Amino acid sequence: MSENVKTNGKPSNIKLNEIGLSKNDYRGQPTTLCAGCGHNSIANQIIAAAYELDIVPEDVIKLSGIGCSSKSPAYFLSRSFGFNSLHGRMPSVATGASFGDRRLKTIAVSGDGDTTNIGMGQFKHIIRRNVPMVYIIENNGVYGLTKGQFSATAERGLTLKYQGANPYMPVDVVEEAMASRATFVARSFAGDASQVKALIKAALSHNGLAVLDIISPCVTFNNGDDARHSYGWGREHNEPLHDFSFVPREEEIQVQDFTEGETRTVTLHDGGQIVLRKIEKDYDPTDRVSALRIMEQAYTDEVMLTGLIYIEPERPSLHDVYKLPLELPLNRMTEKELRPSKASIKEVNAAMF
Amino acid sequence: MAATKTKETTKQETTERIVNDFSMTIGTMNGSGSQTSNLTLLRALFKMGIPVSGKNLFPSNIQGLPTWYTIRVSKDGYLARRNTHEIVVAMNVDTFVEDLQKVVPGGAFYYGDHLKFDIDRDDIAIYSFPAKQFAKESGAPAALRDYVANMAYVGVLATMLGIEMDKIKQALDFHFKGKEKPIKLNMDVIEAAAAWAAENLESQDPYRVERMDETKEYIMADGNTAAALGAIYGGVQFASWYPITPASSLAESLTAQIGPLRDDPESDEKTYAIIQAEDELAAIGMAIGAGWSGLRAMTSTSGPGISLMTEFAGLAYYAEIPVVIWDVQRVGPSTGLPTRTSQGDILSTHFLGHGDTQNVMLIPGSAQECFEFGWKAFDIAERLQTPVFVMSDLDLGMNQWMSKPFEFPDVPMDRGKILWEEDMKDLKERWGRYRDVDGDGIPYRTAPGNKNPQSAWFARGTGHNEFAKYSEDSDMWEENMQRLSRKYESAHSLMPAPVLEQGKNAEIGIISFGSTDVAILEARDLLEQDGQGTDYLRLRAVPFTKEVKKFIEDHEVSYVVEMNRDGQMYKLLQLEYPELTAKLKSLTKHDGLPLNARWVSSAIIESEAK
Ligand SMILES: Cc1ncc(C[n+]2csc(CCOP(=O)(O)OP(=O)(O)O)c2C)c(N)n1
Ligand code: SF4
Ligand SMILES: [Mg+2]
Repeated sequence: MSENVKTNGKPSNIKLNEIGLSKNDYRGQPTTLCAGCGHNSIANQIIAAAYELDIVPEDVIKLSGIGCSSKSPAYFLSRSFGFNSLHGRMPSVATGASFGDRRLKTIAVSGDGDTTNIGMGQFKHIIRRNVPMVYIIENNGVYGLTKGQFSATAERGLTLKYQGANPYMPVDVVEEAMASRATFVARSFAGDASQVKALIKAALSHNGLAVLDIISPCVTFNNGDDARHSYGWGREHNEPLHDFSFVPREEEIQVQDFTEGETRTVTLHDGGQIVLRKIEKDYDPTDRVSALRIMEQAYTDEVMLTGLIYIEPERPSLHDVYKLPLELPLNRMTEKELRPSKASIKEVNAAMF
Repeated sequence: MAATKTKETTKQETTERIVNDFSMTIGTMNGSGSQTSNLTLLRALFKMGIPVSGKNLFPSNIQGLPTWYTIRVSKDGYLARRNTHEIVVAMNVDTFVEDLQKVVPGGAFYYGDHLKFDIDRDDIAIYSFPAKQFAKESGAPAALRDYVANMAYVGVLATMLGIEMDKIKQALDFHFKGKEKPIKLNMDVIEAAAAWAAENLESQDPYRVERMDETKEYIMADGNTAAALGAIYGGVQFASWYPITPASSLAESLTAQIGPLRDDPESDEKTYAIIQAEDELAAIGMAIGAGWSGLRAMTSTSGPGISLMTEFAGLAYYAEIPVVIWDVQRVGPSTGLPTRTSQGDILSTHFLGHGDTQNVMLIPGSAQECFEFGWKAFDIAERLQTPVFVMSDLDLGMNQWMSKPFEFPDVPMDRGKILWEEDMKDLKERWGRYRDVDGDGIPYRTAPGNKNPQSAWFARGTGHNEFAKYSEDSDMWEENMQRLSRKYESAHSLMPAPVLEQGKNAEIGIISFGSTDVAILEARDLLEQDGQGTDYLRLRAVPFTKEVKKFIEDHEVSYVVEMNRDGQMYKLLQLEYPELTAKLKSLTKHDGLPLNARWVSSAIIESEAK
């Protein structure tokens, strides 16, 4: 990042990134969510990640379903195209939207209700398709926007003001993603800003669907210290799997930052590198069986395990499967590319019998 | 070979021959491979230059239930389904008795001699033939024997009716795409059966076919294939769908046809994507996402899928996203009669959504029009930035129709009011996604990837201002909804005009639409023979264009003929022209069968007599 460069008539004391944009160029409308809502911190980390990665805002599309969480695309990247779609149906809209210009990055935001209640089907199917995009679930265990009902991720026994105690078992977003064979699965906690940011950066480099299950407390309806999606519980029980960092393609890994034998790197499709520094035990996020095992263990131990749980960097994305053009995006094609020749109609008719 | 029952019948050789004018129904078991035989007959007759139509009456089942195929041969060019059956071929033990009763007096009844029944009719010609034997003798592998057994009736009919063998060969050639082995296998059975019939059967009925010259200008196509081809010429880039009869073959045909027409032989890259979604919600969701991103996007379904798409239709209407939705209608409500035809989604589709919605609908009346609306729907959707529904039906979509050849689009693609970087360079004022700059209610849109920093906008189903910013302002909401109403007004000028057919001494009008066309055309001739002239207006779109109003005004009474219970189009016309309500009369048939001309003419005569 270069500092204090005067471009576009901007005052010299504003920091600009490599493409000459300030952090303001990545912000959105002022938030209308509650003060302290986890969703706001996540929006801020999306802004920071895009700014630090020198992403051109016009090169991003952002989508969401319906909910407090799904409102948040309005609060970041106002220079990006956005689509606040239907409750539970963002995955389908994002799938179609991503075909317009495959060179763009897709950032999608959903809630736990949006994804694991009404939208469970579309969630599972977008994973199967491996649509290249970042899929963030801002998981608070409740429906914020409709004022505090249980969502499917609420733990059994959770007691809410107007709802009584939750009688059902919870759905685990990460386990659902694993079961559907997602190619990038991570969990984080809105209270851990630097991990959230690093995971978003890595997810933006992944050529496939990146599921980020971010525990994002609802301070208004579900923030009791015992609640599994609260700040208090998160601070107490957050156990990072590793110290996670991401190094974009252009930058070199500073070897001296890491002691040998203590780190693992995973290279992504675009050359970006994930660097994992061991905390207690070594963990290999490319091993599916370990991933499933640690999730089961975390459930038994009642810990909020965070970090990169699983990654498979090489599976072709949906765009690869559909052989979408790399140079001329579909949405810039004209009659020339899209309408068969006049002469061909004769053959079509001849082939009809 | 043993003498057949033919010899036992007492009928004399008929003197008067009836040439190229009869309906023939073949009763078989679903899944027995009879479709190939039936199509072969249909195509051979077509290649003999005789106007024909074929209708498949099939159950919602893969194997074992009865299915009938009706071929109408008409020297006068009438293609509608008739209720009378001059020739019946019985191959299904379960329907033998019923099939026997179907034959009109003086007609002909053919059956495979493996069906052992007492024949209790002496007013028709009866022919039996050893259907299984030809299959056995053909050397066909045991697994295929039942399939080729059905070719026996093709051979027998060829001899008895006079269907030309080389035309049959041509039909098989087409069906099996030139693959020699299956062609020979089937042809052998047909020829053996034909030779056997020449040897053993003596014709005792008047029905014959003879070569004509009436089909040269036509092709044979089903509406779904035509729609798919039309979409390809319309530059379709994204199609998402979920399997449902009778719409599946539209998307399947698209999948099969698009490659050769659109792939660049020099490159591996594609200009389109076709995705089978997990359900209709996802299908329309994907198509809307693609439409928003600037692609020509479509989905195809039938009534049950349409109802699942309701919430998305409202979103696309309100957020103003172009998308094309084919509704190949079948009988509802619910699963209803899933393999029968209907025009029952007119009202629900027009208003599909929640709150105030008015959807544009195109209504093709022939395979050729399925092709035409296949491409035109994209132009209209992008011009209006709204969902466009194309209302086909099972009869039009799945049956084979004689059709005028498809015509290459007569106008260049209309991408509507879309702005790219170049277009935005010289804008005098700030661009606003929902600003009505031109006064036609149609705003300008941009698509993702546009690098102009002013170009991005936020699509949403919530209230928004002219700049697509969130707003709950009441006046703004109302204004925007009024603009959408203005946009709908502008839609009128883009709609294909209705087709007007004037009759001699016409006092009354007939208004109809879609696949009923062939029945109406024939009914008008029947009515004219009865001294009742009619004018006929075939609707091709909603909203209605000014010709519709004029037609109603110009006639004392107009009968609105349609295939649903409640007179849905009649009701739409009443809503549009409340002052003309007294001039409209509703005639509806909703038995799931393609409309029958005789029913139409009788219903009108009866009503006029009152
Ligand atoms: C079809 C439909 N049903 C119900 C609703 C009402 N609704 C809006 S948001 C929401 C739940 C949102 O919960 P979640 O996804 O967890 O988001 P949060 O507000 O907690 O961030 C519901 C049920 C709706 N908008 N659409
Ligand atoms: S209600 Fe809960 S989820 Fe919604 S904005 Fe407030 S804190 Fe956030
Ligand atoms: Mg929630």
